[in-house]
Amino acid sequence: MAAAIVLLIAASFIRSIVTNKNFYWHIVGQYLFDSRVLHGALVTIELTFLSMVIGILLGIVLAVMRLSPNPIVSGASWLYIWFFRGTPLLVQILFWYDIADLFPTISIGIPFGPALIHGHANSVVTPFLAALLALALNEGAYMAEIVRAGFISVPEGQTEAAQSLGLSRLQTMRQIVLPQAMRVIIPPTGNETISMLKNTSLISVTAYAELLFATQEISDVNFRPIPLLLVASIWYLVMTSVLYVGQYFIERRFGRGFSRAERATMRERWLAFGSGRK
Amino acid sequence: MSELMVQAEGVCKRFGRLEVLKGISLQVARGEVMCMLGPSGSGKSTFLRCINHLEKINAGRLYVDGELVGYRETDGKLHELNEREVARNRAKIGMVFQHFNLFPHMTATENVTLAPMRVLKISRNEARERARDLLNRVGLGDKLDSYPVALSGGQQQRVAIARALAMQPKLMLFDEPTSALDPELVGDVLDAMRQLARDGMTMIVVTHEMGFAREVADTAVFMDEGVVVESGPPREVLANPQHERTKLFLSKVL
Repeated sequence: MAAAIVLLIAASFIRSIVTNKNFYWHIVGQYLFDSRVLHGALVTIELTFLSMVIGILLGIVLAVMRLSPNPIVSGASWLYIWFFRGTPLLVQILFWYDIADLFPTISIGIPFGPALIHGHANSVVTPFLAALLALALNEGAYMAEIVRAGFISVPEGQTEAAQSLGLSRLQTMRQIVLPQAMRVIIPPTGNETISMLKNTSLISVTAYAELLFATQEISDVNFRPIPLLLVASIWYLVMTSVLYVGQYFIERRFGRGFSRAERATMRERWLAFGSGRK
Repeated sequence: MSELMVQAEGVCKRFGRLEVLKGISLQVARGEVMCMLGPSGSGKSTFLRCINHLEKINAGRLYVDGELVGYRETDGKLHELNEREVARNRAKIGMVFQHFNLFPHMTATENVTLAPMRVLKISRNEARERARDLLNRVGLGDKLDSYPVALSGGQQQRVAIARALAMQPKLMLFDEPTSALDPELVGDVLDAMRQLARDGMTMIVVTHEMGFAREVADTAVFMDEGVVVESGPPREVLANPQHERTKLFLSKVL
């Protein structure tokens, strides 16, 4: 009965999508594989991948710092997380975009020592780097909390057992704590990756040609925003769907040894449904 | 080579204001099996954890095989050893925990081979062979590739014993190894320990198994409120206790 109602609602919804001319489906088809759109999608993938990699590494460092017994080290991590979680990502993106107003020249090198990179902010911090910094540094703060939650989910007895066997602190972290923490870390990290993929659209405010801005550039010319937003949405859905599959396999890899019975896969559940077994 | 495997002189341990060990002095000879008895909260487990420096002691001296535990002494002053040195000393002392603490993401074999490969740097093949022998010896030859979650408590504890033995320790510490087990599973674990004692392993066992203490131990130590109340051959301590506190405890558990 419930399934019948769901199917009825779905059918009327699909009918309106197909019959409503304002969707301009032929324009969607026309631009779905436009080279500008495809390039934008590539930039979105690139930004998502790089900011997540940097964000995760930063998150691990910040989480280890946060759990340090040294108050200066853990305090620094706390302050970082407080700042980057406490201000909107859009504001941070605009800050990095306008970094030249704040620091006209930028030197990167040994503190009080020789500079390794020196130049005008606008040539050092390119629009791509500004976008990447904004997304990655913000992500680091969120990943730090996720990684920390993973670390403290591993019982202390695990660390003690490893140490009683003569493993060093680093070996204990790598061989015992991290693999078990992964089980807790991965689902929210998958969430973060999907959020990140969509948050890259905020970069469009800096006129950098990621997926959303690429479609906006087209609709600014043909005055048809709806079909081009649909083009963007379709690509976002395609990319998040790929991430779902990736997460499924990673979770299965790190779930070993935690469940007595292997859980039924999605495919087996549908097959059981189809053959009438509930 | 020292005749004494463990030597404690006035060992004190505080947790904040709580004094858990109030000057423990005792000796364990090479090849000796010592059972530590006493009510919970008496400091038995804490003392055991001090022996491999899982807890730092606040006063006194603790020697294992003639070497100071966790510290180096120069000119009468104690300097704490660095992490690497502590780890090296721990590798020679096996420990078995009340709740097994097997690594859940590794099979029985992987649990046993991890430390020999990472700490002793022996080859994977050699480590696996050693693991197979040890797991066979504790009666788990058919569970080599099982994850801990698929094993009973008694089987898990026997894997934990094999894991500790794989480091070829000169001293084994058992922290209430059967307290978390269903009664019918206790026997197999005690059998494995009995076998180990027969093979000449030096063992300190914190336990409530009076039968095991009477049968296997060379020495029984009764602790209460952070001090050793009395110690001696188990038949004397268990059958003919001299102190009121020992008598009271034994009347409750026997």
